[in-house]
Amino acid sequence: MTIKHEIEMKYEETPPRISETRRFLKVFFSRKVVVFGSIVILAMILTAIFAPLIAPYEPERIDMANRLLQPNEEHWLGTDFHGRDTLSRVIFGSRVSLLIGIVAVSFGAALGMGLGLTAGYIGGYINAIIMRLMDALMAFPGLLLTLIIATMLGSGLRNVIIALSIGMVPMFARLTRGQVISLIENDYILAGRAMGASSLRIMLVHLLPNCFPVLIVAVTMMLGMTILAEAGLSFLGAGVPPPTPAWGAMVSDGYRDLSTNPALSLAPGVAVMLLVFAFNMVGDGLRDALDPRLRGIL
Amino acid sequence: MARYILLRLLHGFIVIIIVSIFVFLMMRLLPGDPVLLYLDRAAIVNVEPETLEKLRAEFGLDKPLIVQYLNWINDILHGDLGTSLFQRLAISSIIKQSFPITAHLGILSLLISSIVAITAGIISALKRGSWLDTLVTSLTNIGVSAPIFWLGILLIYLFGVHLKWLPIYGYTSPFENLWLSTKQVIMPVVCLSVISISFITRQTRSSILEIIKNDYVRTAWAKGLNERTVITRHVLKNSLIPIATLIGLQVSSIISGSVLVETVFNIPGVGRMMVNALFSHDYPIVQGGVLLIATFVIVMNLLVDISYGWLDPRIRYT
Repeated sequence: MTIKHEIEMKYEETPPRISETRRFLKVFFSRKVVVFGSIVILAMILTAIFAPLIAPYEPERIDMANRLLQPNEEHWLGTDFHGRDTLSRVIFGSRVSLLIGIVAVSFGAALGMGLGLTAGYIGGYINAIIMRLMDALMAFPGLLLTLIIATMLGSGLRNVIIALSIGMVPMFARLTRGQVISLIENDYILAGRAMGASSLRIMLVHLLPNCFPVLIVAVTMMLGMTILAEAGLSFLGAGVPPPTPAWGAMVSDGYRDLSTNPALSLAPGVAVMLLVFAFNMVGDGLRDALDPRLRGIL
Repeated sequence: MARYILLRLLHGFIVIIIVSIFVFLMMRLLPGDPVLLYLDRAAIVNVEPETLEKLRAEFGLDKPLIVQYLNWINDILHGDLGTSLFQRLAISSIIKQSFPITAHLGILSLLISSIVAITAGIISALKRGSWLDTLVTSLTNIGVSAPIFWLGILLIYLFGVHLKWLPIYGYTSPFENLWLSTKQVIMPVVCLSVISISFITRQTRSSILEIIKNDYVRTAWAKGLNERTVITRHVLKNSLIPIATLIGLQVSSIISGSVLVETVFNIPGVGRMMVNALFSHDYPIVQGGVLLIATFVIVMNLLVDISYGWLDPRIRYT
């Protein structure tokens, strides 16, 4: 028996070690819908960035001579009431949805995490006050709350983002607090305290990173929900003001010409659905890959 | 049990007070003077400063915030939600007209979603891995991603414009004309139910898959009970708590949905009342409406929490 063979034998005794990253990628890409979702998200981001290069026409150019055209070779999805090319508007609409989704979720998640971390770590009165405030915010039906804030602040990109962010703070606060409460009993927190780490250090260095698996999944899912909510706001007329193309507003504008060209109203809706579906699937995939026990919680 | 209910009630009461403060401040901290806005709306020009003061006093806007808040709460407790700025109608009477409409759609949608979703969830869990399970799971994934206003327009296009089977908008009370009313509510109720069905189906499926692993389920099978008894008495009954929680949460989501659905189908319910009030800056309606809706949601969640005690007697001791 050669030495080499001996080494191989030893390897066989212990199960092969896969690196954590490779295991993660393997589980994550094991489902076809997750692969599909990732491709859709990537494609949408590229579309948003390179919209001026991809779109065949300018999205805001009014051309009254060619209004309400049926889908044809020059205008694949036809033109709207003002003669604007629907395909170009759908392509440019990805910018509003992705931008608002990403920025609003970043703000909402950051604020919610901060509140949840504080409430869970400090406990006592602070916890009671923060959580009752969150309960009160939760009592407002989600879309109604964002609609109220958005209409009160007045329409505009910034105000839509503020409204959507506030709407998701309670969810992130509750989630983070729940995680913190379950993590705080761990020995490494005690060890950190014994070594004289400040509360802020324990919160930011020891607790927050351990909440990340749950929060990353929540962030991905919330991206989908937020894009859906933004579309709802813009459908009602409380989104980004015209003429900037936004999917929700396009569905609403196309409604009056539904019998002439249904694509005006239906195509932007398909875009919303595709993107939201993609984020949901990637969220599912991340959850299964990061921590399958989260099934049912998220 | 009594202690549990009492604590829950106290908790709910505190949250309602915070909500009322939120709502009150939200309306007062707005940019723009409601009196000027009212005059602008009513197309009254050249107002004397004294008239302005008189109007302010009439709306109670000249007093300190805390007094305004307490007056407002006092009025609400006496059943007076205020008067609409522009319609000059008592808000309670506006809500009395719109609430039954939303309740009609909401209750139908809640019932239908619960029945469809629990059935679909059970089937999907029992036939785990089959094509039926794949179908149900895929449909729920699509269901939570579809914008419901878009779905409404799609249905209108298919069944209203194209096939001409159903009326595309409006609402008729079922007590006036049951047939027309049923035809009119089909599409809105379907739209309202899609998201709830998707969420409840998922929850039912995962919660049944969790319970079915338990020893007592195996025992039930082993002692020769038939499938129906095992599923309904042993599995379903123990899976009900998370499902009930989720059904309770759907109340809030259906109200959100009704804002969109009532706009699409032109139904004069609470959702559209709120949208109209918001866009016309009729703040008293927004204020009264939001407070009522939030209180309603809190009470519904309270009822769900209390129902745990009935669904699971162990909760009594916590």
